Amino acid sequence: MNSIALPHPNYVEARRQHGQDDDPRGSVMRLDAVPFRLVSGAELPEVTVAYQTYGALNADKSNAVLICHALTLDQHVANPHPITGKEGWWESAVGPGRIIDTNRFYVICANVLGGCLGTTGPKEINPSTGREWGIDFPVITIGDMVRLQAAFLDQLGIPDLFCVIGGSMGGMQVLDWAARYPERVFSAIPVATTARHSAQNIAFHEVGRQAIMADPEWRGGSYYGGPGPKAGLSVARMAAHITYLSEAGLHAKFGRKLQNREALTFGFDADFQIESYLRHQGSTFVDRFDANSYLYITRAMDYFDLAADYGGLLANAFKGTKAQFCVASFTSDWLYPTAESRAIVHALNAVAAPVSFVEFETDKGHDAFLLDVPEFYDVLRGFIGAAAEKRGL
Amino acid sequence: MATREADIRARDVRVDLLEIGRMIEPGSRVLDIGCGDGDLLYHLVHDRRVDARGMELSREGVNACVARGLSVVQGDADRDLADYPTGAFDYAILSQTLQAMRDTRAGLEQMLRIGKRAIVSFPNFGHWRVRMQLLFRGRMPDTETLEYPWYNTPNIHLCTIRDFIELCDDLGITIEKFLAIDAGGQRSRRVHSTRRANLMAEQALFLLAFNGERDASGAPVYR
Repeated sequence: MNSIALPHPNYVEARRQHGQDDDPRGSVMRLDAVPFRLVSGAELPEVTVAYQTYGALNADKSNAVLICHALTLDQHVANPHPITGKEGWWESAVGPGRIIDTNRFYVICANVLGGCLGTTGPKEINPSTGREWGIDFPVITIGDMVRLQAAFLDQLGIPDLFCVIGGSMGGMQVLDWAARYPERVFSAIPVATTARHSAQNIAFHEVGRQAIMADPEWRGGSYYGGPGPKAGLSVARMAAHITYLSEAGLHAKFGRKLQNREALTFGFDADFQIESYLRHQGSTFVDRFDANSYLYITRAMDYFDLAADYGGLLANAFKGTKAQFCVASFTSDWLYPTAESRAIVHALNAVAAPVSFVEFETDKGHDAFLLDVPEFYDVLRGFIGAAAEKRGL
Repeated sequence: MATREADIRARDVRVDLLEIGRMIEPGSRVLDIGCGDGDLLYHLVHDRRVDARGMELSREGVNACVARGLSVVQGDADRDLADYPTGAFDYAILSQTLQAMRDTRAGLEQMLRIGKRAIVSFPNFGHWRVRMQLLFRGRMPDTETLEYPWYNTPNIHLCTIRDFIELCDDLGITIEKFLAIDAGGQRSRRVHSTRRANLMAEQALFLLAFNGERDASGAPVYR
């Protein structure tokens, strides 16, 4: 652990109330099954998984819910964030009496492989050199993230999952889980996601990566101990953030409104509120995210093409699945548009998997999967409730 | 069994849905096209032990179905039936939706491609009350089964029982079973011939199959 020095007081207090220490990583597990072999063939000699759990595992071990987080999120789903102190990224849906009811389910969320909040990634120490991995860290895939989660659950003693849920990159993991471990998934909820990263999505990621690598402070990835490529990572975040919103949403929220001024300044200051907003998004992001992690995780997403792993036919990926699926998309999401969710639904139909699919009307863009869209939450509640009943929970 | 019957009565399942349920063997795979709030699906899944899924255009309908634990996909039957594999279901059901499809003929063709059988119900435009209203009032019919005014009705492809039978004949579709249904959804037991039903039945319920030539993929080759 290097760049996270002092956890936020909100986090420390929340942990203290549960009799836990103030480690910003939450709970930490060292994987026994090492070396961990990656899809690329490379091997990780040591692997640590940082994770959070909420609720209690029942005697049958049948109530485990795995939440898969998105690109820039982490394991702090339903507790204050250790760095920002803000509430957990999905606290509106996860907690006692909420949709993912922690009185009823044992909820697990682990920082992904390559992440930067405690799970092994480029900013952790390479045991063979004693220094941070940097870009010597092997390139990882969504499949590697899922395989690590499975190995981690093995070690945790959880045989199978009542539900795997996630949006965006989390949704890719959900799909990979259902394909890779059909017997371990009872229900699957891939939200605002795709089975194959599109050329447009790869293009946006490449812009972000080039911004990071063009920053002289990136130093070929060996910036630890220095200031780091803050400007580059900030630009990457700004560009990406635009893709998470919609034109209509941006217009409604910002329009051409000026930022704390009466008139244009005829300069390159943030005259417009949207500029100020994006700059803020960029500058706060660098405090909580590692630039190299951003490179690795975006790469993993770019490489994601589930059908390619199964002979080019997406339906083949889901042969043998016993899970019931609930696929959801949002009308104004142009990053993972509804057509991509429909492609998943078609593949599931082709193998006769029980699948529900709903597209929700919203102007919130891709970000809608993180927001309290009431119809979305109604459907989640209904689907999870019915699945729990079938599971006897 | 007694409790299930009591449960069906308690939920007041529409009689025409019960008739559809009786046509389907337990364990069958079924797609209910235009499943609405999922009343038929719920009946099939819970009372008849059928592996049933639905397709519904309205988001409200899909939400209601998913919240009841049913597997329903939001979709437009006119567009999305083509995405289902051939022979994916034992039965494809179109309950009171035929007349609202844009391309009724293509919809019927798709149903007997993805389903080994099809079950179709629709309001009969040949019913005597409809004829009387046109004949004596000179107005578009306003009946229990046709309750929308002409200018904003979703029922854009109305037909009589004879019209429908002729379409089936044209396509080479076999009618395996026919039931005449009254406005309340009750089976009209005295009406057996389709000829008489065309005048006397407010609604019609058909069980259809395709027994003709099929292409290499197993899809029917319609006439």
